[in-house]
Amino acid sequence: MREFLRERWELVALVALAVAPLVVPALGGALGGQVTTLFIYCILALGLNVMVGYTGLVHLGIAAFFGIGAYVCAVLTVPIYPFQLPFVVAAAVSVLATAGIGLALGAPTLRLRGDYLAIVTLGFGEVVKVTLRNLEQITGGMKGLNPVPPPGAGVTVAGIDLGRAFAIDPRWFYYLALLALAAVVVAMRRLEHSRLGRAWVAVREDELAASAMGISAVRVKLSAFAMSAAVAGLAGCLYAASLSTTADPNAYDFNRSTMVLCAVILGGLGSIPGTLLGVALLVGFDTVLAPWADSWIQQFNINPSGSSLLSFSGWRLAIFGLALVLVMRYRPAGLVPSRRLAAELQEGHP
Amino acid sequence: MSFQFFVQQCLIGLTNGALIALVALGYTMVYGIIRLINFAHGDLIMLGSCFALSLVGWLGLAAGGQAGTWGGIALLVVLCGLFCGGLNLAVDRLVYKPLRTAPKLAPLVSAIGVSFIFMNIGLFWLGPADRSFPELLPATNLLAADGLQFSAKDLLVVVVVVPLMLALSFLVRATRLGKAMRAVSQDPTAAALVGIDVDRVIAATFFVGGFLGGAASVIYGLYINTISFQMGFQNGLYAFTAAVLGGIGSIPGAVVGGVVIGLVRSLSSAYVGERWTGAIVFAILIVILVFRPEGLLGRGTKEKV
Repeated sequence: MREFLRERWELVALVALAVAPLVVPALGGALGGQVTTLFIYCILALGLNVMVGYTGLVHLGIAAFFGIGAYVCAVLTVPIYPFQLPFVVAAAVSVLATAGIGLALGAPTLRLRGDYLAIVTLGFGEVVKVTLRNLEQITGGMKGLNPVPPPGAGVTVAGIDLGRAFAIDPRWFYYLALLALAAVVVAMRRLEHSRLGRAWVAVREDELAASAMGISAVRVKLSAFAMSAAVAGLAGCLYAASLSTTADPNAYDFNRSTMVLCAVILGGLGSIPGTLLGVALLVGFDTVLAPWADSWIQQFNINPSGSSLLSFSGWRLAIFGLALVLVMRYRPAGLVPSRRLAAELQEGHP
Repeated sequence: MSFQFFVQQCLIGLTNGALIALVALGYTMVYGIIRLINFAHGDLIMLGSCFALSLVGWLGLAAGGQAGTWGGIALLVVLCGLFCGGLNLAVDRLVYKPLRTAPKLAPLVSAIGVSFIFMNIGLFWLGPADRSFPELLPATNLLAADGLQFSAKDLLVVVVVVPLMLALSFLVRATRLGKAMRAVSQDPTAAALVGIDVDRVIAATFFVGGFLGGAASVIYGLYINTISFQMGFQNGLYAFTAAVLGGIGSIPGAVVGGVVIGLVRSLSSAYVGERWTGAIVFAILIVILVFRPEGLLGRGTKEKV
């Protein structure tokens, strides 16, 4: 049984999550929306994991690609623009667009080493955020673009108007996001063991040795850049559709990038279960647990003055920070280290 | 848009740049010695400003006369420097020191964690809203030329930053500790082999970087006059950018980078528009790094097998 769980945990988790909305009625309400957001962040983190985990390149601006995906999708679907394409087409275009932008950013900057590359991605993130905020004619400035229509708006299948169904019942988005997440997990599993995936790891472990074995480090790194960006774009697209707005550009700022990066490192670099666990803990804490704990404390009426010392979210940052510090102190390779890394650590390599 | 206007903007840029450089030194020194991007440095300075604000109240500085004010500011700089230096030292001992041999990204995530903890402390200290920092210095113009503004506040930045930088370059170039710092930065193992206590040198580096940050936090409060628990992020970002631009790990580089960022910020705010400043600063950073990957004054590292 344990063996089965270890080998097939993805399937077990997928079945459990697929059945959950039928058993837990709360998922038909606000909680359903929060869990959908969680799934979307999982996709985003898996995208980031390609660059940081597999290829070993620190990326501090993943939220920029998340944002570009959201905005491209919104521009192609909102009623104020003439395109009004179906969601699937818009999603495909935003994935291609983010991959292209990833390549465009990666091509000139790949010869930068380590932390210099990190600061370039950080700078890119800030440039994108400021641009989204200031190009009001296109992006709607601080208001963002809305309403982003739900997927399948105007399409009727078996007597169900899909657009209406998505708008009314959050479980539709829940399943859509779960489906996308499952697809990304499967794709990542396949990639991990493919020629390209092994090349990523080889470049991470030793770029010179990898080049000596005939791997083109530049092409491998560029593909990691593009893959990360494309998956982040997909996540952004789902995000905009599920919120039915792009929200304001501050939703795609540096804090978002660090949050996702922390989730990936906390869970375990290069490890798919680790990444998912990291997101579940960090983002789940933020979007599900903190609001719940706040309302739970409120019912005791101990905090009539609204002091931040007495509310749960007043302590949110400290708990978050302490968790990061403690996990790194006692499990520096992450909560669920990838098997390869764990094996290396046991052999006593650095 | 006269020439005089341009000179005025340059003056503002230089003053701002000096302040950025002071913060950037904290990043670059720590990076130079343990290759850690200390994400908590900006928030350390935010806490320094909180401490400075409280000190102004406790010492009753706002009520003092002109002569008392300058003495009081000197006292503030020293006390906040010690506070931030000590705090930085304590964080190194508790958080980063156990991670010296851990995977490279572990200390980075810890630093992000520490920055969140600092922000939360700042939230409790200041409250969620912006707080105004008392105007201790008069805004009268010290220059005779009309059209050009250079007030006591601007003078303060210069009289604090320049001596601190001279002292730092003396420390690094001419003292035993400085020599040890340079040795550890080049090769910690070799430094340990010749009898240098590496941990002590690292601790001293954190203290000195924190001290400079504490001094910067006082000047920041007096110069900008508004502080908030969220200010650390933005300031840290610009200072860190300055450190990278100049060549991270290089002390003169941090100063040059700070001045460049200060000038770019003030000129782009004046000629392009405030709201594009962030984008322009980072776009210039990316362009410079593409053509000079090791920063303006950094030394290129040879890749070793």
